[in-house]
Amino acid sequence: MSESTDVKQSDAKQSDAKQSDARRLSVFKTYKLYVGGKFPRSESGRVYEVQDSKGTWLANAPLSSRKDARDAVVAARKAFGPWSGATAYNRGQILYRIAEMLEGRRDQFVRDVADAEGLSKSRAAAVVDAAVDRWVWYAGWTDKIAQIAGGGNPVAGPYFNLSTPEPTGVVAVVAPQDSSFLGLVSVLAPVIATGNTTVVVASEKSPLPALTLGEVLATSDLPGGVVNILTGRAAEIAPSLAAHQDVNAIDLTGAGAGTDLARDLEIAAADNLKRVLRPSSATDWTAPQGTERLTAFLETKTVWHPTGSLGASGSAY
Amino acid sequence: MTFEYAPAPESRAVVDIAPSYGLFIDGEFVEATDGKVFKTVSPSTEEVLSEVALAGQEDVDRAVRAARRAFQKWSALPGSERAKYLFRIARIIQERSRELAVLETLDNGKPIKETRDADLPLVAAHFFYYAGWADKLDHAGYGANPRPLGVAGQVIPWNFPLLMLAWKIAPALATGNTVVLKPAETTPLSALFFADICRQAGLPRGVVNIIPGYGDTGAALVGHPDVNKVAFTGSTAVGKGIARSVAGTNKKVTLELGGKGANIVFDDAPIDQAVEGIVTGIFFNQGQVCCAGSRLLVQESIQDELLDALKRRLSTLRLGDPLDKNTDIGAINSAEQLARIKAVADTGEAEGAERWSAPCELPSSGYWFAPTLFTNVTQAHTVARDEIFGPVLSVLSFRTPDEAVAKANNTQYGLSAGIWTEKGSRILAVANKLRAGVVWANTFNKFDPTSPFGGYKESGYGREGGRHGLEAYLDV
Repeated sequence: MSESTDVKQSDAKQSDAKQSDARRLSVFKTYKLYVGGKFPRSESGRVYEVQDSKGTWLANAPLSSRKDARDAVVAARKAFGPWSGATAYNRGQILYRIAEMLEGRRDQFVRDVADAEGLSKSRAAAVVDAAVDRWVWYAGWTDKIAQIAGGGNPVAGPYFNLSTPEPTGVVAVVAPQDSSFLGLVSVLAPVIATGNTTVVVASEKSPLPALTLGEVLATSDLPGGVVNILTGRAAEIAPSLAAHQDVNAIDLTGAGAGTDLARDLEIAAADNLKRVLRPSSATDWTAPQGTERLTAFLETKTVWHPTGSLGASGSAY
Repeated sequence: MTFEYAPAPESRAVVDIAPSYGLFIDGEFVEATDGKVFKTVSPSTEEVLSEVALAGQEDVDRAVRAARRAFQKWSALPGSERAKYLFRIARIIQERSRELAVLETLDNGKPIKETRDADLPLVAAHFFYYAGWADKLDHAGYGANPRPLGVAGQVIPWNFPLLMLAWKIAPALATGNTVVLKPAETTPLSALFFADICRQAGLPRGVVNIIPGYGDTGAALVGHPDVNKVAFTGSTAVGKGIARSVAGTNKKVTLELGGKGANIVFDDAPIDQAVEGIVTGIFFNQGQVCCAGSRLLVQESIQDELLDALKRRLSTLRLGDPLDKNTDIGAINSAEQLARIKAVADTGEAEGAERWSAPCELPSSGYWFAPTLFTNVTQAHTVARDEIFGPVLSVLSFRTPDEAVAKANNTQYGLSAGIWTEKGSRILAVANKLRAGVVWANTFNKFDPTSPFGGYKESGYGREGGRHGLEAYLDV
């Protein structure tokens, strides 16, 4: 690593390292939000300083406002109809495409994650690989969950009766604070796999992997607005999302188990009876996941229709 | 055309209501700690049926402690043994179903033909269904050996007293939980009779505890720190309060709340069948049904024809003695509920909607409201937005399927909807777009223990019934 400058940025690090004579000044990236398929700055014009685990400046990240949160909800609502109406096969291919794009930018994410979480390069690589694999895992779930979570019901009468899982709607996600990338992917992928759209509040301390993920999502055929990524203070943005009347559910994972924030968000969420996924303590994000995060944001719709009663006269056909 | 009917009352002799009942805690009927009691009346006559102990905070605590004590043994029983207790209960309910039907009709005010042909058969079926799950939980899709939560605090409404008890208690016991159940203050009797059925079935003491009371008893139960699971059926306002009160705890919650179901009739629907479906949708149980089809959305081209047929049909409905086997419309459950219905109906008129009520004579005592519909209703009208929970239908029209779906979904609720059309692809397309937990196509208000029931949006969360209904009572 170059010692020639104490200012570094994850994108620029490798090229810095190659330029031992520091002839070429690297190009920094302006980290921006990902909302409605675009990369806006915070409407507030605010940024905050993001540092690596050793306290070195990495970048300035947008410090999102409550207005940014509301804009993101509008984008997510707009995207909900088309995304929930897309075929499960189509959603599966898009989630798989995200894994493909991520794999192609593996090195960049390894650097981002290593900086963000203070991991060695090999451990950061393992985290990124696990995140790629997680997208693949959820990509395969899109067209299977309905058969696991729904099905025909043998009612005692001449009726056809079918239960089908449907996405809850717009889901606000407070992403894990410590696992800024694998944790993020692990909470994000199951939400959108089933057709929900989402507004994610990224890890406050380590928001850069989330913002870089936005760049991957934007180039993976994922329709704009399906995932909206905000960075900043969870305590500032999340209450707006929890109280928002056009948000249907909230995942409180990143608010932390047993915290006042988690409790206050749950209280605010009760106003329009959002589905709340409470934070659990100490989740191991490298462990295999079950279907709980898929089903937490699904509704069950049951449709009845009379079948008539052929053969009532006794014919055995 | 008028039909003359001779009275055909079901006999009251099959049910023996005691002058007073205690709380059912730890397998015994006991007085309330502070000795408080309240009266339960027959809504069709205002006759006092019995005096019931009123559970206070200390009684809630006693009941929860009894349920906690019973939990260890009950949850450790082999599932096959728990199953047999539930099968016993199902069978005893079948044996005693006429008694319970008459009791329910007396305490609730709904017609005997409903308690006899709908409530009671469904109650027995629900216990029979969940009995069979008790030793098959490994196969329910929640992993191997799913564990119960512990003590379930359950609060149920007055519209289907015993059926709501069954929806709450059957899955809770099948999965190995113990329960404390608070029946509604206007309909406590069938739950107390159920306590006697538990005795007959030999159910271990403390597994089921019944604590009648008002809203504050329910709040004390929901708020009790040693309750692991809260299940509530009732109003959306109370449901929101519960959601707030459990915030920050580990209590698992399911809420079955209000609705404003759209019943959509397309121009190709068979009119006579649709009329029957509309009547079932909103006048079943006097409209005091959370999944009632309380908004009729009719395609403009058939509106006049349909409304004429509907009014003709409503004019033949027989309102009166709920114990009479010919009665279609029984009493409203309480004076308070009747006052609420009247107030919203008056608001409907004041806001400019046109009111029509079926010509029928209301009995001089008891709580009664004639089947009523409102036309010239817009989406902004109170009668189109608020859950009335009474025999009041609001009629709106539409021109295209898209407009029908948009209007149907234009509500804070999302519990039920109906679709009437002969065109299969339209049924599937519309059903797909409706944001409602139960969609009845060319039928309405059908229920079955195997069929998951529950709402979208502010109609609550969680499902009751079917394999889905197990999740609410398992630590998964």
